[in-house]
Formats: sequence, C-alpha cells, structure tokens
Amino acid sequence: MSLAFSGRVWVFGNSLDTDGMYPGFAMKMDPPEAARHVFYQVRPGWTDQVSPGDIVVAGKNFGIGSSRPVSALFIELGVAGLVAEEFNSLFFRNAVNAALPAMTLPAATSIFSDGDTGTFDLTDGTWRNETTGASGNVPKLPDMILDIIASGGLMARLVAQGYLPAEPIDDRRS
Amino acid sequence: MGLTMIEKILARKAGLETVSVGDTVVVDVDMTVLIDMQFSNQWMRPYRIHDPDKVAIVMDHAVPAPTIRDAAGGPHARKFAADFGIERFYDVGQHGICHQVIAENGLARPGEILACTDSHTCAAGAFNTAARGLGPAEIYSIMCTGSTWFQIAPTIRYEFAGVKPAVVSGKDIFLYIANCYGDAANANLEYGGSGLEGIPMHDRRTIATQGAEVSADFSTFGVDAVLQDYLDSHGVTNYVAAEPDPDANYHAVRRIELGTLEPYVARPGTVSRNGLPVSQLEGQKIDQAFIGSCANGQLEDLEIAAEVLRGHSVAAGVRLLVTPASQAVYREAMRRGYLQDIADAGAVVTNSTCGACFGYHMGVVGPGEVCITSSTRNFTGRMGSSEAEIFMASPATVAASAITGYVTDARTVLS
Repeated sequence: MSLAFSGRVWVFGNSLDTDGMYPGFAMKMDPPEAARHVFYQVRPGWTDQVSPGDIVVAGKNFGIGSSRPVSALFIELGVAGLVAEEFNSLFFRNAVNAALPAMTLPAATSIFSDGDTGTFDLTDGTWRNETTGASGNVPKLPDMILDIIASGGLMARLVAQGYLPAEPIDDRRS
Repeated sequence: MGLTMIEKILARKAGLETVSVGDTVVVDVDMTVLIDMQFSNQWMRPYRIHDPDKVAIVMDHAVPAPTIRDAAGGPHARKFAADFGIERFYDVGQHGICHQVIAENGLARPGEILACTDSHTCAAGAFNTAARGLGPAEIYSIMCTGSTWFQIAPTIRYEFAGVKPAVVSGKDIFLYIANCYGDAANANLEYGGSGLEGIPMHDRRTIATQGAEVSADFSTFGVDAVLQDYLDSHGVTNYVAAEPDPDANYHAVRRIELGTLEPYVARPGTVSRNGLPVSQLEGQKIDQAFIGSCANGQLEDLEIAAEVLRGHSVAAGVRLLVTPASQAVYREAMRRGYLQDIADAGAVVTNSTCGACFGYHMGVVGPGEVCITSSTRNFTGRMGSSEAEIFMASPATVAASAITGYVTDARTVLS
C-alpha cells in the first residue's frame, strides 16, 4: 500500500462514530454489502457517489466508538486514505493495521472543501490542496507505523512472517 | 520527571527506565482476549501462536447465535481452543460479556497489559491494568507475536474527594465527568484521590469502561484496600501494582467533589457535554428501558434494579429489558431473588450477551422510539433505528423510569 495518496476529497464533520460508519445491522452482512451503509445517517447515498481513489477528510475525534473494522469498508469502497483533524486512537490504529493510510492534519476541514483535490504523503508529512494551492506539513509518523502500512497491513505481515496461511483454511473439516 | 500510572506500566513492559509523552514503545502483552465475532468474520487459523496461557476466548457478542454467520464462528472457536490448548475458553453456558468474564476470572492483573477485541476493554483499568480494546487484526497479531506498540499519550488525572450520596452510582459519576469535561481523545485517564475508597469496585468498573465514550486511550485506577480485597477474593496474587510518581507530569488534574453529585442522564447522541441532572429531564417519555452491558449488567446493577422494581410494575406500553453481564451474574442474581423481583415487575430477563447494547439482537429499538439505557453508548442508531433516541442513565434511574414510563429520579420511587 502506498504511503502517498492523491484524489478528490469528501469533507465531513466532528465526532463521526463507528456506529454511523459500520452500524450493528450491517455487521450481519458481507463487507461489500456492509460498505453500502458507511455514513448512512450523516450523508445518505454517499456510497453511490464516492469513487475509487477518493479521500475522506473529517474533523475532530474521528472514529470514536467500537473496534469493529470500519477501515475494511473504506477499502471496499476504494477510499485511498483518511485525513482528520483528530483521530480516535483505536480507529487510527485500525486504519494503519488495514494498510489504509491516515494523516492527522489540524484544521483539515477548513483547508479542504468537498470536491477539492488533495495530495498527502506520509513519508515526509507533506500535504497540498491542489485546488486552492494551500500546502504544508505535519509531523512524520514513526517508522514503525509507516512500515505496517507499507507492508500491506498486519495480516499481510503475519503471512509474510509465517504465522498465517495466505488463504483461510476450513479448519472444521481438518 | 516522574511517571503517571499508565506511563509506569508501559515503561515497565517495554523494558525501559522511563517514557515521555509522544514516545512510541513496543510492549509485551500479558493477556490477549478474543471474542466470538473474531471467529465468525473471515477467521484465519494461524500456524502458531505466542503462548496459549496468555490467550482467552470469550463468546459474548452474538450468543446464542442470532445469525447463521455467527453460528458458523462457534466451531472455529471450539476447534481452535482445543487444538492450541487454550484453557481459558468461555463457551456458551460459561460465558458472559468479555469484560465481566475478565473481571470474574482474574484475567486482568495490576501493573500488567491486557488487550481484547472490544473497545470497552479499558474496563479492566479498574484493576490497575493497562487494558485496551484493539481491532481484530491487531488482537490476532498480538496472539501470534506476543507484543504490540503504544504511543505515550498525555494523562488526565481525576482526584475524587468526599463521599458520594448512596443513590449516586459509577454511571452518574461518569456522566457528570463526561458532561463537564467532554472528550479526551488521545489522552489517558487516571483515577484516584482520598474519595476513591468510597467508590466500590462495580462503580469503578463502570467508570473505567466508559472511558471509551470520551474517546480516551487507557483508563486506570490505583490499588487500594478495596481493590486488594477484590483481587484476594478472585485469586489474583503476585502482582506488581503501578502507582504514579509524586512528581508525575499530568496534562490536567481535576478534582471531583463526590458529595455534591446527583443522578445524571445523558441526552441522545453523545455523553460528551450532553448531560443533565435527572431532575431536569423528568417528563421525558420512554418506550424501552435497558439494563445491561459490560458497564452496567453487574450483580450490583441487578440488585439496585430489583430494589427499585420490587412491589412495582413496568408502565403499560413500556418494555424493560435486563441482561446480566455474565452467566455467573445471572445465576447469582437468580439465587438471590433479584431476577424474580425484576421479572415479577414485568421486565424481560435475557441471557447474558452484548445484545441490545450494540443494536445487534435481543431488543433493538424502532423508528420514533425513545430508549433509556444503562449500557455503554447513546450514539444515533446504536441500539437499532437511527430514528430512535437513546438516553443514558444509571440502572436505578432506568428501572425507576420503566415504572413510570418517563425519565424518573429513583429516589422518588425508593422513598
């Protein structure tokens, strides 16, 4: 997974919780169907509008709530990266562990508007609003965190380290 | 510079003399707890794991299985536990909400690190444990490798002073704090002070559990005689507690005067800066009332519910659902007669599960309905329809509200 991402941004507000991205009823669905319910309350129909390569920009406290793997749904939708003024730390870890690049950018929702094109690079912490020309940089993440994203996420790394098979085994018949 | 409680545990487990805010440290994890949903969603059987004695499996979120998907996870869990020699396997019948099972079985130890696939794992902070909810992939990784990383976040300390009024519970204390101080994203919470001795373990567990609702990282309590008694009675020995240094560096220290508190209710959406004393919400009609969850399905929660409900009936048109936090709580509440009182009042007592708290099964709410809950979250849509409203309050307030059909101060029913 690339540590740099560039694309059209969708701008959301503060305190978006995991129940609003991966509601309980969607947990009974396979990921492709569950993904159709991301932001079903705050922006109904968004999952029909978002395109592969797009970027989600949010405000403070992005992802408060559950450990449920919301990042898998963003990946299912083709979202290239997450940017927020502040992440809930569990939600941030889940993104990193799923190899979904995530950048903390204070004032992100002031810098970007819906439809702008943004470019973000975790390798050096730089960001740029290609539409307005605004640019800057944020503190670089520790290499340990960047390595998880670059290696394709935790599960891919466990496969590479020999802990896991590449494909699930039906252990009930073994 | 000295260390806060959480800094001390993380430094110790990283093999470091000291840590500072902003550091990223790799730590050994003492106990890793997997839940049923880990096995029902794309379960991957590993070739090897770090140490089966440092793993527990708890069936809790979707038991008995409400869907075929959930049912399909059970055999994976059972075979995995058997094949890898995982003795701490709490299958349906010996089960409970993982945080309750962790507490009952002494899986959380002072000064150690516990990780689990549920965001309310901070509950075990009541035992002076650095406990975190982590995503399924990370829990899986820790199970395999035995370690993970944490970034040292700033710590906010709450100093309890005085003595809480009898009716005020851990839930009320938490809702008051959440209303006054709001979110604590990317911060740790530490609780202590001279008033701590008057806050019993079940209330501490409620407070620690709900650190997740203000977006905190870790919530930890100090070790005192109350906790030591609990640990002694649960066979937890030979631990090395973590107390903060006198010169620890805090982001903030906030004093809570327990004697001035009264029952609190959070309005729908969030607990953060969204609460009111119960007296200011009386008259709010309700359709469903729920007592349960890792936060408030404990034996003492059922005890106060039974006390409030005894001799009363649930109001016409109102449903009261009560979910014990574990099979052990269920059995003891039955033995003591609490479940009899609760059911006699017209409530439905369910099996132990996370169930209604996360809107998955056992009592979801419909469009236009109003629920008052003692569970963990009042997010829009959390317990069912996104067109339902969820108020949050203590088990006493929820039980009293079920009797009248309106948000009600339990003191008016108990007196």
